Amino acid sequence: MSVKEIFETMNYGPAPEDASEAFAWLVDQGDRFGHFIDGDFTSPDEGFLSRNPANGETLATLTQATQADVDTAVEAARKAQGKWARLGGHGRAKHLYAIARILQRNARLCAVLETLDNGKPIRESRDIDLPLVQRHFYYHAGMAQLMESELPDREPVGVCGQVIPWNFPLLMLAWKVAPALAMGNTVVLKPAEYTSLTALLFADLCRQAGLPKGVVNIVTGDGAVGEMIVTHPDVDKVAFTGSTEVGRRIRQATAGSGKALTLELGGKSPYVVFEDADLDSAIEGLVDAIWFNQGQVCCAGSRLLVQEGVAERFHDKLRARMQSLRIGNPLDKCIDVGAIVDPVQVRAISEMVEGCTEGERFSVATDLPESGCFYPPTLITGLAPSHRLMQEEIFGPVLVSTTFRTPDEAVQLANNTRYGLAASVWSENLNLALDIAPRIEAGVIWVNGSNMFDAAAGFGGVRESGFGREGGWEGLRAYTRPVGRTRQLAGIEPNTGENGPAEGIDRTPKLYIGGKQARPDGGYSRAVFSPRGKLLGQVPEANRKDLRNAVEAARGAGAWGRTSGHQRAQILYYMAENLSARADDFAHKINEMKGGRSGEKEVEASIRRLFTYAAWADKFDGQARGVPIRGIALAMRAPVGVIGAICPDEAPLLGMVSMMGPAIAMGNRVVMLASEPYPLVYADFYQVLDTSDLPGGVVNILTGKHGTLAPVMAAHMDVDAVWSFSSSGISEVIERESAGNLKRTWVNNGLVRDWFLAEGEGRDFLEAATEVKTIWVPYGA
Amino acid sequence: MQTEIRTPVAGLPQTTEARNAGMELDLDRVMRVQANRPAIERRVATFPGRRTVKKNYQAAWLCKAITCIDLTTLAGDDTEGRVRRLAAKARQPVRADLLDALGMKGLRVGAVCVYHDMIAPARAALEGSGIPVAAVSTGFPAGLSPFHLRLAEIEESVKAGAEEIDIVISRRHVLTGNWEALYEEIRAFRAACGPAHLKAILATGELGTLRNVARASLVAMMAGADFIKTSTGKEAVNATLPVSLVMIRAIRDYFDETGYRVGYKPAGGISKAKDALSYLMLIKEELGNPWLSPDLFRFGASSLLGDIERQLEHHVTGAYSAGYRHPMG
Repeated sequence: MSVKEIFETMNYGPAPEDASEAFAWLVDQGDRFGHFIDGDFTSPDEGFLSRNPANGETLATLTQATQADVDTAVEAARKAQGKWARLGGHGRAKHLYAIARILQRNARLCAVLETLDNGKPIRESRDIDLPLVQRHFYYHAGMAQLMESELPDREPVGVCGQVIPWNFPLLMLAWKVAPALAMGNTVVLKPAEYTSLTALLFADLCRQAGLPKGVVNIVTGDGAVGEMIVTHPDVDKVAFTGSTEVGRRIRQATAGSGKALTLELGGKSPYVVFEDADLDSAIEGLVDAIWFNQGQVCCAGSRLLVQEGVAERFHDKLRARMQSLRIGNPLDKCIDVGAIVDPVQVRAISEMVEGCTEGERFSVATDLPESGCFYPPTLITGLAPSHRLMQEEIFGPVLVSTTFRTPDEAVQLANNTRYGLAASVWSENLNLALDIAPRIEAGVIWVNGSNMFDAAAGFGGVRESGFGREGGWEGLRAYTRPVGRTRQLAGIEPNTGENGPAEGIDRTPKLYIGGKQARPDGGYSRAVFSPRGKLLGQVPEANRKDLRNAVEAARGAGAWGRTSGHQRAQILYYMAENLSARADDFAHKINEMKGGRSGEKEVEASIRRLFTYAAWADKFDGQARGVPIRGIALAMRAPVGVIGAICPDEAPLLGMVSMMGPAIAMGNRVVMLASEPYPLVYADFYQVLDTSDLPGGVVNILTGKHGTLAPVMAAHMDVDAVWSFSSSGISEVIERESAGNLKRTWVNNGLVRDWFLAEGEGRDFLEAATEVKTIWVPYGA
Repeated sequence: MQTEIRTPVAGLPQTTEARNAGMELDLDRVMRVQANRPAIERRVATFPGRRTVKKNYQAAWLCKAITCIDLTTLAGDDTEGRVRRLAAKARQPVRADLLDALGMKGLRVGAVCVYHDMIAPARAALEGSGIPVAAVSTGFPAGLSPFHLRLAEIEESVKAGAEEIDIVISRRHVLTGNWEALYEEIRAFRAACGPAHLKAILATGELGTLRNVARASLVAMMAGADFIKTSTGKEAVNATLPVSLVMIRAIRDYFDETGYRVGYKPAGGISKAKDALSYLMLIKEELGNPWLSPDLFRFGASSLLGDIERQLEHHVTGAYSAGYRHPMG
C-alpha cells in the first residue's frame, strides 16, 4: 500500500517479529529433542510433534519419556541434591543469578520461541512473561542467599517432581524451578506436551550457565509421564499447576505417600465492578483480565459482576472496546489476541459456548485467520449463577456476566463458586474496596486492577483452586521442611476391662456441638478403662451424622473469623485460667487413663500452650510486600475456615489444646475428634470452654473411632482443612478423600511429634491455620 | 468574518459535521466522573507495546501527524519576520523532494498558532494556503486579567482574522470546585468567539488530579468548546499520555451522550516522532478514525516537526538523517 493510501485509511500495517533466531536454534538442535537429564540431552526417541498453533506448522519432534527415562532423571536429581544443598545459600544464589542473567541476555529468543510454540501474542511473551521469568530467578537468588540466616530451622525437601501447564510455559517453569533450587532442592520437571520447547531452551541455557549436572532435569511427554513423576517413590515433593480435574487425581495418587504437595488449579475468578468505579479503566482492566493470553489463564477474571445501575452502560462500553481488539498472527507486534494453544482447546471452548442457550452473546465481528487455532473474544451477558457458564471454567476468551445490587450481594455472588483463585474489585471508594476485597474467598485479590504478578507476592488459591503459594516468603514453605529426624509413631490401643459401676455419681458425657451437649445420634457409647482394667467412664460414639451436625455448627459460627485478635486472645487466656482452676481434676483423670504420673505435667503444658496461642492471636501479622508498582501488596493472614482436627492419641489434653489453640487463635472454627484411647478429659474440657465465653460452634468436640470418622471428615465438602495426628494409620485415607473439595490436609504420616517440645506448637501450626491472601492495592491521586 | 473555502488537508474543526452546540451544565454527570490514576497509567505504560506501525505505514502516520500540528510560536521576542518564517514552514513542512518520494505533495500543517499581535503577519504570510491562524487569548497563559478584557481580547483576535482561539480557563474554578463559574466563563468565551473555533486550554498540569482533568474536560465541552487542549506549554507539566487518556475518554463520553465530536489537542512536551505516533494510536484506539484528522486532533508542538522530518528522510533514503538537512521554521 502506498503512503498516500495508508494516509487516507490510517490502518495499522503488519508488524511481524523476526523469528529467524528461534528457528535457527531449533535447527541447531536438529529439530528433534530428547530429554535433559543429568546435564545432557538424551538422544531423541519415539515421540510426538510440537506445532505452532497459529498456523499448524511443525516446530520440532519431541520424545515421549518412558518409565526408565523418568527413573534416570529422578536418580540424577537424587544424586545431585546433597551436593547442591551443601553448596550453601551463597553458592546457589550465584547460580540462580547466572540463570537470571542468561535468560535476560536471551530474552527475545525465549519470547519468540514461546509465541511460536504457544500462540500467545509476542507482546505478552516479550513484555510480561519473560520479565516475570527473570524477576523470579533474581528474587529467588536473593532467597537462596538469605536462607541460612532467615530460615535456620528449615531444610530442603529433596527431589521435586514438577508438572506444569501450557498457558505460561516458561513462566510456570520459573515459578517452580526458582524456589526449589533456591532452597537446595533438585527438580525433575515435565513441561506440557503442547509447549515443551522453551523448557528445553531453558535446559540449554542452564547448561551454558554452568548449572551443576542433575540439578535441573526435564523430561517431555504426555500425562502418563506426569503420572510417572508424581507417583515416583523417590520424589519427595510434587508441585502441579493445571486443571482441577488432574489436580484431584494427583491428590489421590500421592495420598499416604508422605510426599509434600502443592496444587495450583483452575478458577472462575470474579471481576466485581461497583457503580462508582472508573468504568473505562475497569474495562481496560477486563481486557487484561480475560483477553490476556486468549483467556487461557487460571486466574482470568472470567466472571463479570456489575452493579445493576451501571450494567447497561458498562456492557455497551465493553462491547465497543472489544471491537478494537486485534486478533491474528501472534508474532505480529500489533496483535491483542493470538492463537488458542491447540485445536482440541478450540473445540472445548466452542462446545461450552454453543451449549449455552441463555443470555445474550456478543462476539467480536472480525475475520479470523483462515488457518490456525483462533476464537473470537466473546461476552455473554444476562447470565445467572445457575447457568453452567457462570460456574465452569471455559479457559478461553469468553467472559460471562451478571449483575448485583449491593456490596453484600456482590460478595455472595463472588463466593458462589467451587473455586477461589483470584478476584478483582473496582471502586473509587476506599471504604468499599477494602471492605469487599478481604471478604472474597480467593488467594489473590486485585483492587482496581487485574492480573498483576510479582515474585514477591504469593500466588495461589483456596477451595478447588488448590493449595500452596508460589512467590514471596510463603512460597518457600513448599520447598522446605523443618530440620529434624523423624521417628515412627506406634499405634495406641484403648485399655480394656470389665464393665461395672463407676465411682461416684453416674456421669454421662455427651458430644459437644454448637456450644451445647448433644447425645450421639447412633445412641452408642464406649467404656473407657484404666490400664489396669478399671472402668473410668463412658464416652459417646459419634457417627457421620454427629460429624455433619458439628460441621454445620462450625460453619454457622463464621462471626468468629471477624473478631479481633485481641478478643480471641482474651478468650484463650480465660480458658487457661479456667483450666488452671481445675488442674488437679484434669491431671488425675489423665493419670487414671494413661497410668503413671504425667498428668500434672500435661496440664501445665496445656496451660502454657493456651498462653502461647493467646499471645499469637494478635501477632501473627500479615506483611506489606515490595512489589514493583506504586501501591502495596498486602499479604494478609486469613483463617482457613472450618478445620477438622483429629487429635493426637498419646496426649489427650495437650494434643487437643495443641490443635484447638492455633486454629481458633487465627479465627478458624474446629471440629475435633478427641484422643481415641484416652478420650475422657474432653468432657471436662468442654466445661472449661463453656465457662470461658467462647461462642458456641467455634469449638466442637466429638469422640469416636478415628478410622471411621476420618474419611467422612476428609470427604465433607464444607470442611476446609483436616489435620490428623492420630496414631491410627489414617493419613492416606484422609489425603485421598480430601480430593473431593481439595481441602488442605496436614497429617502426621505415622510419624512422631513430641507435644511437650517446641515442635508441638508455633509457626507451623499458625501457617496451617491461615491462608495467605494477597491483596494488591495500587494507588495514585 | 471568515468565509473562505477550506481544503480538507488543513481544515478547521467540524467542517464536515455539526459544531458542538454545548449543553446545559449537568453537574450530576460532572460529579460522577472518575479517573483511576494507577489504572490509567498502566494503560498508557503498556500501550506503546500493544500498537506499532512500520515502514510505509509509519511514514503515512507521520505525514498524518504533520497535518495535525499547530505550528506554534509564543515567545516575547516574536517578530513579523519570525512569524513569516514559521508560516513558510507551515506551507512546506517537509522538503519537497521527500514529499515527492512519499507521494505526499501538498502536505501542510494544521494551523499556525501565535499571540494576538502576530495574527496579521501570520494571516498575510499564509494567504491562499488554506492554513488557519490560531491565536492564544484570554490573558494567556495565566488567564488572570480582567474578565471583560479577556472577552475583548477574543473579539479583537477574531476581528484580526484568527479562525481558532485558544482560551485558557481559570484554574481556580477547578481547584475550588466551582464548576458553574467554569461553565459560565467558557460559555462567555465561546459566545465571544462567534464563528471562530474555541480551543479550551485546561492547563492540566495545574489541576492537581486526573479526576479534576476529567471534570474540567466535561464542563468545557458542555460549555461549547470545539477542542479541549491540555496545556499552554508554560506549565511545569504539559501534555502527558495519562492526561490525554482521561481527556479523550471524556470526549468519547460526551460524543456518546450528545452526538457531538469535540477535538483534542495535546500541547507541550511532544517532541519525538515516536511520541506523536503513540498519541495518534491512542486516539485511534480510544476515539476511532474520525478523530485522526486536523478537524478533530492537533498537536501543539514546535520541535516535533523536526524529528518527523528526520524520520521521513530515513524512510525515503534508508540512512539516518541530520537536523541541518531540513529547513528551519
